[in-house]
Amino acid sequence: MNAPAYNFAYLDEQTKRMIRRAILKAIAIPGYQVPFASREMPMPYGWGTGGVQVTAAILGPEDVLKVIDQGSDDTTNAISIRKFFAKTAGVATTTATNEATVIQTRHRIPETALHENQVLVYQVPIPEPLRFLEPRETETRRMHALAEYGLMHVKLYEDIARFGHIATAYAYPVKVNARYVMDPSPTPKFDNPKMDNCPALQLFGAGREKRIYAIPPYTQVVSLDFEDHPFEPYRFNAPCALCGAENSYLDEIVTDDKGGRMFVCSDTDYCEGRQATGHHGSLSAAPYKEKAHG
Amino acid sequence: MTTIAELPPGFVDKVLSAQSTFRSVMDAMARPGSVRRIVPGAGTPGPMMRGTAAIALTLFDHDTPLWLDARMAESSDVVKWLKFHTGAPVVQDTSIAGFALIGDGAALPSLERFALGTSEYPDRSTTVILQVDSLDAGRGFELRGPGIDGVATLKASITPYDLFERLHVNEALFPRGIDVVLVADDAVVAIPRTTRVVSKES
Amino acid sequence: MYVAVKGGERAIENAHRLLAHKRRGDQGVPEVTLAQISEQLGLAVDRVMSEGSLYDRELAALAIKQARGDLIEAIFLVRAFRATMPRFGSSEPVDTGTMRVRRRVSATFKDIPGGQILGPTFDYTHRLLDPLLAEGLAPEAPATADAHTAPTPRVTDILGRDGLIECSPPADDGASVGDLTREPLNFPADRDLRLQNLARGDEGFLLAMGYSTQRGYGRNHPFVGEIRFGEVEVELFAEDAGFAVPLGSIELTECQMVNQFKGSATEAPCFTRGYGLAFGQSERKTMSMALVDRALRARELGEEVRAPAQDEEFVMSHSDNVQATGFVEHLKLPHYVDFQSELGLLRKLRQEFADASTPDAMKEAAE
Repeated sequence: MNAPAYNFAYLDEQTKRMIRRAILKAIAIPGYQVPFASREMPMPYGWGTGGVQVTAAILGPEDVLKVIDQGSDDTTNAISIRKFFAKTAGVATTTATNEATVIQTRHRIPETALHENQVLVYQVPIPEPLRFLEPRETETRRMHALAEYGLMHVKLYEDIARFGHIATAYAYPVKVNARYVMDPSPTPKFDNPKMDNCPALQLFGAGREKRIYAIPPYTQVVSLDFEDHPFEPYRFNAPCALCGAENSYLDEIVTDDKGGRMFVCSDTDYCEGRQATGHHGSLSAAPYKEKAHG
Repeated sequence: MTTIAELPPGFVDKVLSAQSTFRSVMDAMARPGSVRRIVPGAGTPGPMMRGTAAIALTLFDHDTPLWLDARMAESSDVVKWLKFHTGAPVVQDTSIAGFALIGDGAALPSLERFALGTSEYPDRSTTVILQVDSLDAGRGFELRGPGIDGVATLKASITPYDLFERLHVNEALFPRGIDVVLVADDAVVAIPRTTRVVSKES
Repeated sequence: MYVAVKGGERAIENAHRLLAHKRRGDQGVPEVTLAQISEQLGLAVDRVMSEGSLYDRELAALAIKQARGDLIEAIFLVRAFRATMPRFGSSEPVDTGTMRVRRRVSATFKDIPGGQILGPTFDYTHRLLDPLLAEGLAPEAPATADAHTAPTPRVTDILGRDGLIECSPPADDGASVGDLTREPLNFPADRDLRLQNLARGDEGFLLAMGYSTQRGYGRNHPFVGEIRFGEVEVELFAEDAGFAVPLGSIELTECQMVNQFKGSATEAPCFTRGYGLAFGQSERKTMSMALVDRALRARELGEEVRAPAQDEEFVMSHSDNVQATGFVEHLKLPHYVDFQSELGLLRKLRQEFADASTPDAMKEAAE
């Protein structure tokens, strides 16, 4: 039997070269989705294969890797991916945002501001921001070529007409460097402003859909909106029950079946860091009761 | 005639040297104007500089049509070394080249002759790797664009003298365009198509 | 006091330990061997090899064992292994005309040169559960006859000699064959890529798509020109030696569908083709593939694209069961950050709705 033997960071060198070339073009054309010959990874499509391929192509022995899912280092998929790289590349791993040189993420941008010596790698399920308006790749590609984004504005405006608001809460579309409309991956729109003028390089990998795209450091990223309906990041209006943070994105924890709720930071490293430096929330705060009105 | 056994070597550690070189090039591309060093050593056939050789070993393979300028192409060592270590097919037609290696900037072809990508696939464009005299001394330039926090400055001695004027085509072409990697010995600077460069008043 | 949930490495490890235990099942029952899977569940192995795009019975059997018999999971295991394999080159095109035929049927002619050969088939079996099989009886020895020596030309070649069916496009020696596992797919896609996609495509998906063409969603009047199953040689052109060297033989099923004719003012009318090919014995797969291949040629043959099976973006983007499984099943991963964002928006909209309503309506909404 052909006993499997795997390369550093799992991918073979030919695959890495192909991905690396795609990454360079992605950086040169901010927000444009570069097609790449995504490989079958030893984890399912939709579970971070794009992010994993990008990380595998850039990772070196001197890197320190952090992996988060939903903002947390401890969710099962984050642990699984971190272990994969610790095993196949022998890299150091960390949960501290500050210490990481490469951060692979699903659905969040860390609360701690990123710095120049970092690369943020996003796992992307559907890279095409226009896909839900136009399912055909041939059409959406043409729309990007012509920068013909009227359809997206119509969709957002229809929301306003129906609900009084833009009814997109996550994967909120952005325009990169005043040219390409881009999907930020299913991050809550709370995180969108962090992408703008960010000192770190941001890379996006969509394995199943076979696309890589990028936002270079210090690049303008604008959330789409209208003058009379400006973009508003959403955050539940409460301090974190554990660390008291007033400006972090919160997870809602259901504490009982009688409407009891509590809110804690989704970024576990940020929350633990604050608690370690003496910040405390009202651990036993009166649970938030959902009200029907008023 | 050089036999394969006499050819300059490739990377000692193919995997980690390629990774390190790639990170230098990626950082250069992400932060235009910043000078990055290429650490891993490899053989340097003919007129090829250390940095160029390492980039070739890192990014070229059977899938990357390669165009060589006369300075590179007339060196049989360069041609043999590239074929042996990368397998990249050398093409005569600039407009289908994934990469172009320029040893003599004075003979740089008109940039429009390279692949510029299409509006649908602007990534299908040539990356021009241009060897220059210096990336730390010479004329001063100011760079603006994605990847740059305000303004970046570069001192460089580049042939052709008017390279950045020629690269103005990128402005009108965008998102199509040419991406350039400048190499001087082990130093690299990237000028992606989004970067706007002006000479500093002397 | 609240303590944040930790997914926990131990939870993952324990889950996998439990999985291994469940995989083995009752340890009083003998463990199944790869040879048993390969020999006795041969059609499952064939399917895993086909959709896994790797001709290796032993690895496919291992994958089936490891996947507890879940064939899509087994296909996934084989694909992930295959993705890391280096490429040495492309084989020469296999010649199914020289196949050592084990089975061969045509629905278009009663008798054909070389004859119809039923071979091992479920066709005409009565689907009655067999209690004797449960007890494990040794089967009767197969009937034998003198070795078959007559050539078995393909039915489509016989039609082709009279110009009754379109020619297969001649092979272009210089052109490389597309490979969607190495090159990102672009639309419109050429037929080589479409056929590769279908060959790797999910049997159930292709079956449904092919079936839909029979029911009028892109009807193309199919006749089974021929289905043949048997062994063919695989050869690799060795540059050093200057000739093709044999690598071994593989089992293939090929289906050539003869379809609705076309013609024009300048071209005499002739039948068109749909093509299906799979590793091992898989008639359902190859027949479905041939129907869908023909449907996807609509654009090329100047037919209006109206039905799902004719829509190459639709078919090619959804045929792959490894992709589909991953993305469907990823919904069970945590989505609480995006859900929270959605929840916040919904609460806000409901609040505004309540505020805008009359006091009576508010009261009602509160109940």
